[in-house]
Amino acid sequence: MSDTKRFLYVNRKAPHGTVYALESLEVVLIGAAFEQDVSLAFLDDGVFQLVKKQVTTGIGVKNFAPTYRALGDYDVKKLYVERESLAERGLTEDDLMEVTHENDDEEDVSSIEIVDRARMAQIMAAQDVVLSF
Amino acid sequence: MKFAVVVNEGPYTHQASDTAYQFTKAALEKGHEIYRVFFYHDGVNNATRLTVPPQDERNVQKNWSELAEKNALDMVVCIAAAQRRGILDEGEAKRHGKGEGSANIAPGFRISGLGQLIEAGIQADRLVVFGD
Repeated sequence: MSDTKRFLYVNRKAPHGTVYALESLEVVLIGAAFEQDVSLAFLDDGVFQLVKKQVTTGIGVKNFAPTYRALGDYDVKKLYVERESLAERGLTEDDLMEVTHENDDEEDVSSIEIVDRARMAQIMAAQDVVLSF
Repeated sequence: MKFAVVVNEGPYTHQASDTAYQFTKAALEKGHEIYRVFFYHDGVNNATRLTVPPQDERNVQKNWSELAEKNALDMVVCIAAAQRRGILDEGEAKRHGKGEGSANIAPGFRISGLGQLIEAGIQADRLVVFGD
């Protein structure tokens, strides 16, 4: 077996109210050092993690939202967001922050891809390791 | 088959740790290999030796410790998650000036980094997550 596996981190919970989003992000950052084929999925309340202009000063917790924008520097370039989860929460792609990475032509391109539920299931089925948070 | 097991919830509030324990025990009894059990999020709270549940209830920490001793299980507690929640071994207690005797990690558990989780995912045939 090859040493490179397809890792998918599934984010299903809103940020700040529970620690899952923050600690999931910590796994992604550490995991980047292992040079695996990494993707992130955002579904259910997990889509709130990528909402832009998050401000946490009023609740006294660390705002880790800017870290998502740095994922490109860690070679994490595939962020799949489920279309139905956005719609069910009254959100659209315009409500999400910009997350980009540099492509082979040194152009900044979006890391976020909006996918429907059926496509998300295909993405999950294609993985070797699915870590759900 | 070679399994890695991830426990993402603490004892008693959630069933996740109990189910992970039953899964691990059953897999071992069937002759499978458990490459590692990794405790993350509130799952690190399974590793405190200071829990004292009522005598007529199961002891989640003790279940894990005994299973580890019997099967030479590698049970790893994430250091960052553990430090947030006050789970310390001798070295960490000393390093953070918490005073002698304040280490509370239970037998069979060891504290290490998140790299151990990724490595378990790479090495195991299946990684199984137990959580909320």
